[in-house]
Amino acid sequence: MTAMIAPRAEAAGRRREFVTPEGLALPLTVASRGARAGALILDLTLVCVGFTILFILLLAMGIGLFDLTDAEGSPALEFIALVMILLVFLTRYAYFLTFELGPRGATPGKRALGIRVAARGGGRLTAEAIIARNLMRDVEVFIPTIFLLSGMGSNLGAAGYAAFAWLMVFVLFPCFNRDNLRAGDLVAGTWVVEAPRHKLAQAMSLAPDRTATYRFGEAELSVYGEHELQVLEGVLRQDNPEAQRHVVEAICRKIGWEPGTGDDRAFLEAFYAALRARLEQNMRFGKRKKDKYDAQA
Amino acid sequence: MAPALFRKAEIEAPPDVEAASLRSDRFRLERETDWRRLEAIVEALERNRLRRISDDDLLALPVLYRQAVSSLAVARETSLDAATLAYLEGLVRRAWFQVYGPRTSFGAWLRRFLTGGWSAAVRTLWLDLCIAAAVMVAGTLAGWLLVARNPEWYYALVGEAAQGRTPGAGREALAETLKGTASGEGLTVFAAYLFSNNSGVTIMAFALGFAFGIPTLLLLIHNTAMLGAMLWVFAEAGLGWEFAAWLSIHGTTEFGAILLGGAAGIHIGRSMAFPGERAVLAAASEAGRLTAQVMVGAVLMLVVAGLLEGYGRQLIEAPIARGAVGGTMLVFWIAYFLLGRGRPAPHET
Repeated sequence: MTAMIAPRAEAAGRRREFVTPEGLALPLTVASRGARAGALILDLTLVCVGFTILFILLLAMGIGLFDLTDAEGSPALEFIALVMILLVFLTRYAYFLTFELGPRGATPGKRALGIRVAARGGGRLTAEAIIARNLMRDVEVFIPTIFLLSGMGSNLGAAGYAAFAWLMVFVLFPCFNRDNLRAGDLVAGTWVVEAPRHKLAQAMSLAPDRTATYRFGEAELSVYGEHELQVLEGVLRQDNPEAQRHVVEAICRKIGWEPGTGDDRAFLEAFYAALRARLEQNMRFGKRKKDKYDAQA
Repeated sequence: MAPALFRKAEIEAPPDVEAASLRSDRFRLERETDWRRLEAIVEALERNRLRRISDDDLLALPVLYRQAVSSLAVARETSLDAATLAYLEGLVRRAWFQVYGPRTSFGAWLRRFLTGGWSAAVRTLWLDLCIAAAVMVAGTLAGWLLVARNPEWYYALVGEAAQGRTPGAGREALAETLKGTASGEGLTVFAAYLFSNNSGVTIMAFALGFAFGIPTLLLLIHNTAMLGAMLWVFAEAGLGWEFAAWLSIHGTTEFGAILLGGAAGIHIGRSMAFPGERAVLAAASEAGRLTAQVMVGAVLMLVVAGLLEGYGRQLIEAPIARGAVGGTMLVFWIAYFLLGRGRPAPHET
C-alpha cells in the first residue's frame, strides 16, 4: 500500500480547487513537469516519425531531398516542394493548435499521459487562449531546438552563450512557479491539468452479510479512521491474497484478536462493512475521524 | 429510465439496490444508471461523435450534469467509498469541460473574427501600433544614416541577405536584382517559402514580447535597419523610386503584418511591466487573448504578402504598376481596420 500512498503525497502539492457555477468545489491536479515534458517528447516523436515515413515514401518514388531544393523546371517536383514547405509550417504551428482546440483539449501526446489544457481558475477555455499559448510555443520549443541542432551557439562566441541563456529562461520557466506554467500558459491564462478517467468500480457492500460470523464491537471499530478504511478498500479491490493476509494480521494485532487461518477476504469484507457503517453513521452526525491518530469520535 | 436502458445496451443494469447493506451504497446504486448515461454522452462528445448522441440525450445532458454534481456533493458528505468518489469527481470534471467548453465552432469563430473581431482587436492596440511604427521608422532612419556615414555598416546590417545588392555595385547590377521573371515557374514554391519565413519572424516578434517587449523592439529595429541600409544603396545609385516600388507591392502588406506582430508583442510586454490594478498574471493572460486574434490576422496578411511577393512582384515589372498594387493594398488594410465593426472577442477569466 505504501507504494500507492507515496505518489499521492507528492500529488497533494499539485492539488488545486476550482468552483463550478453550481457552487461545487472540484479538485484539479496540475500536471507534473515530467508528464508535460513526456507529452511534448511524444508529440515531437510522432511528428518526426510522420516526416520520416513521408521522406521514405518519397524516396521510394525516386524523389530525394536534394531534388526538392532546386525544384525549378519540373512542375511535379515543384508541387511536392510546395506541399513540403506548407506541411512543415503547419506542423510547427497548427499541429498543437488543432488538437488542443478539440473537445479533449489535448494533443495525442497529452492524451497518452492523461493530461489536458484548461483555463486557469476554472473559466471557459477560449480559442484565443489556445492560439496564444501555441504561438508562444515557438520560442519555448522550436527555436531552442533549432538553435541546439544547428550548433548556432558554437560559432557565435559570447553572443551564442547569451542567446543560449536567454532561450533557457523560456525552457526552464515551468520549473520556477508552483503551477508548472510555461510562458505560453502564463500569457494565455491556461494551465495543464491531469484528466484521469476512472471506471465506476463495484459497490463494496454487495458482499454477503456476515454480521453473524464476525461481530465487531465499539472498541474494535474505534481504532481506525477514514484513511485506514480507504486503504482497506484499495486492498479489497486489488484482491491480492498475500496483501490481504498482511492486512488481516495487522488488524488483528491492533484490535487484539487472534488472526484465524480461514477466509481472509471474508474477514476483511466484514470488517470493512462494519467500519464503514460506523464511520458513515458518525459522518451523518458531523463527527469525522480522519485517521487512526485522530482523537475525534 | 426504462426506454433509455433498452436503447443503450452498453449501460448495464446495476445490481438490486436492496442487496447493498450500506446506506451510502444504496444511494449510489439508485443513481448509477444516470451517471453511466452521462458518461456515455460525455465520451461521445470527447470523441467528437456528435451524431451518435440522440436528441433525448442532448436534452438530458444539462440535467444529468447537475444531477451528477449534486450526487457528488451528497456523496462527499455521506460516503467513504473512495473509488466512487474518485469516479464521480472525474465524471463531473469531464462533463464540466464539455458543458462549459468553447461555445463556438471554429467556423463561427473565424466568421466573427473576419467580420469585425480582428479589426476591433487591432484598434484596441492603437498605442502599441504607434510605438511599433515609431520604432520601425526610427530603425529605417538609423540604417540609412549609419550606411550613409560609413558603407561598411551595410555588411554588418544586411549580411547574407544582400544577394548582390551591395554598395558600389553598378546601377545596372542593382537594377538587375529588381527585375521580375518572365514565366511563372517556381514562383509557388518561392511564395510558400517567403510566407513561412516571414510568419516565423512575425510570430517570434510576438512571442518575444513576453520579456517585457524589449526583444521585440530589438527585432523590429534590426529588420528595419536592414531596410534603411538597402534603401540608401539604391538611392545612391539613383534607383530609389524603383526600389520603393519593388518593395511596396508586397511590402505594405508584409510590413503591416510585422507591425501587427510587433505591436502585439509590445502590448504583452507593456501589460506585464505595467499591469495597473490587475495581478500580473491576469494582465498577461488578458493581453495574450487579445493579441492572439491580432496574430492570427497577421499570419493571414503574410499569406497575402507571400502571394504578392512570389507572384505579383515577379510578374509585374513596371514600377508604377507595382506601386499601384502596393498602394491599393495599403488603403485596403487601413480601411479594413478603421471601418470594421465589432468588438474583440470577450475574454472570460
